Amino acid sequence: MTQLTDLGVAAIREGVAKGDFTAVEVAGAFNAAAAAAQDALNAFITLTPEKALEAAAAVDADRAAGKALGKMAGVPIGMKDLFATMGTKTTAASNILGNFVPPYESTVSQKLWDAGAGMLGKLNLDQFAMGSSNETSAFGNVISPWRREGSDAQLAPGGSSGGSSAAVSARIAPAATGTDTGGSIRQPAAFTGISGIKPTYGRCSRWGIVAFASSLDQAGPMARDVRDCAIMLEAMAGFDPKDSTSLDMPVPEWEANLNADLRGKKVGIPREYRMDGMDADVARVWDEGIAWLKDAGAEIVDINLAHTKYALPAYYIIAPAEASSNLARYDGVRYGLRDLPPKESAKGAGLQDMYAATRAAGFGAEVKRRIMIGTYVLSAGFYDAYYTQAQKVRTLISRDFMDAFQTVDVILAPTAPTAAFGLGEMVSDPLAMYLNDVFAVPASLAGLPAMSVPAGLDRQGLPLGLQLIGRPFDEQGVLDAGLAIERRAGFTARPAKWW
Amino acid sequence: MSVDTATVARIASLARIKVTDEEIAAMVPELNGILAWVEQLGEVNVEGIAPMTAVIPNKQRLRDDVVGADPLTGGNVREKVLSNAPAGEHGFFGVPKVIE
Repeated sequence: MTQLTDLGVAAIREGVAKGDFTAVEVAGAFNAAAAAAQDALNAFITLTPEKALEAAAAVDADRAAGKALGKMAGVPIGMKDLFATMGTKTTAASNILGNFVPPYESTVSQKLWDAGAGMLGKLNLDQFAMGSSNETSAFGNVISPWRREGSDAQLAPGGSSGGSSAAVSARIAPAATGTDTGGSIRQPAAFTGISGIKPTYGRCSRWGIVAFASSLDQAGPMARDVRDCAIMLEAMAGFDPKDSTSLDMPVPEWEANLNADLRGKKVGIPREYRMDGMDADVARVWDEGIAWLKDAGAEIVDINLAHTKYALPAYYIIAPAEASSNLARYDGVRYGLRDLPPKESAKGAGLQDMYAATRAAGFGAEVKRRIMIGTYVLSAGFYDAYYTQAQKVRTLISRDFMDAFQTVDVILAPTAPTAAFGLGEMVSDPLAMYLNDVFAVPASLAGLPAMSVPAGLDRQGLPLGLQLIGRPFDEQGVLDAGLAIERRAGFTARPAKWW
Repeated sequence: MSVDTATVARIASLARIKVTDEEIAAMVPELNGILAWVEQLGEVNVEGIAPMTAVIPNKQRLRDDVVGADPLTGGNVREKVLSNAPAGEHGFFGVPKVIE
């Protein structure tokens, strides 16, 4: 018999609804798997087995009473520790929020609980979602369940949603929430051989998500396949008056409308993404993806996204600028860490000393680096040269996409320039780490829906992802093209269990 | 443009982050590396291009101007507001003495 932990969202929901097993049995199986993997993978910051069981028992009771079940009924999930969860510690993987217990629930997590999901725990991430390898967490690195063939070197699960990607690929959670500011759902999904979608900016409420860069942050699901992502995204999305940028639009029935037949569709291949010195395996998988979409009936069209090379430098002005403003709230007064330095004079330490000491003690090195960059580019005399220029370039990047979408319906590109790298291989060079998001950032700057689906393995036996980028509000087109790839890629590889 | 130790110290002060001289020395080349790299944006012709203000066109809304429109933020939740304060005292946020 298949183990319960091998099942995804749709299979769990169906099995619970049919009575093949109970939601409590499912929650118990994943609770046990999560606990057993914790020492080796460090995917969770906080485990909440009782929350998973409580939600599962409620679903079982509803079923017994003949009540209608929700879209996620009986599915226990991992919650990235960036979503405020009432009564459960929410840290953003930072010491400055190390003991923060929200007295409220984020909109997205509440929607998931309302849909019948339960919480296995709060997943590790890069500190304040700033990072691409999960090495900036104050609670330790997440270790990818994947290993290179013939090696036991520890690999990065990607970032910032590294706990989410590790948990789903290790089968210790059937699905998890992620957030994506500049690739933080798609790159970790690609690194671990799972699927993940960042919807159009505004689809999922940002209310109750610890803010990083508010004009870019979007929540989305990470799961094992396209259908599971569609189901979970339906549960997460929807208008929320508490988020001023929330889209006041109905949530489409993405799952019911899934259609892998791409006849009549045009797929754009951006030539600027085919960079000099591109990894041979990444190039090969991209070519295979083109052939698969052709096979699905799509017409392939070469397109230009002329400002692609400027997306990453623009992002590394805009995101730190917004972060420096958002993170000003961590001052040791209202919540979080406070560090009051010892008296250096008879007057004692003052308020300013407390702010500076608190932030020095509470923020990690990468967070400080980004706050410093952001503060500098917003400072008097530099604002126009850096920030305004970056926002103008952002307009051009968005315009490139809109021009391309005059001709094509969806764009196909690699998700990341390489497969997963080893822990410690990139940390010494912040710039090299930033370059890992080169293919992911342009869609973020333009607010477009974008998804990564697993497409193959590289020469070391590590997963590679393909990215689909769609028109604003056209998550369906992205999911459909993702499904067409999924059906042809036949990706069944999973990490051999060593933990 | 590049930064020196004095500039980095000033940025840290603006950002309210206490830094040691060693940390400043380490940050100077890191920040200069990043700044030199973003410098390439200067070569883009942005003549007549407006800076982006909203990535997805959206209408700004106002909530109803009534007390307690949202029970979460509508008041009478002092205990909750103070529940995570490092020094919640007598119903207020406590801070070091700011007046002589």
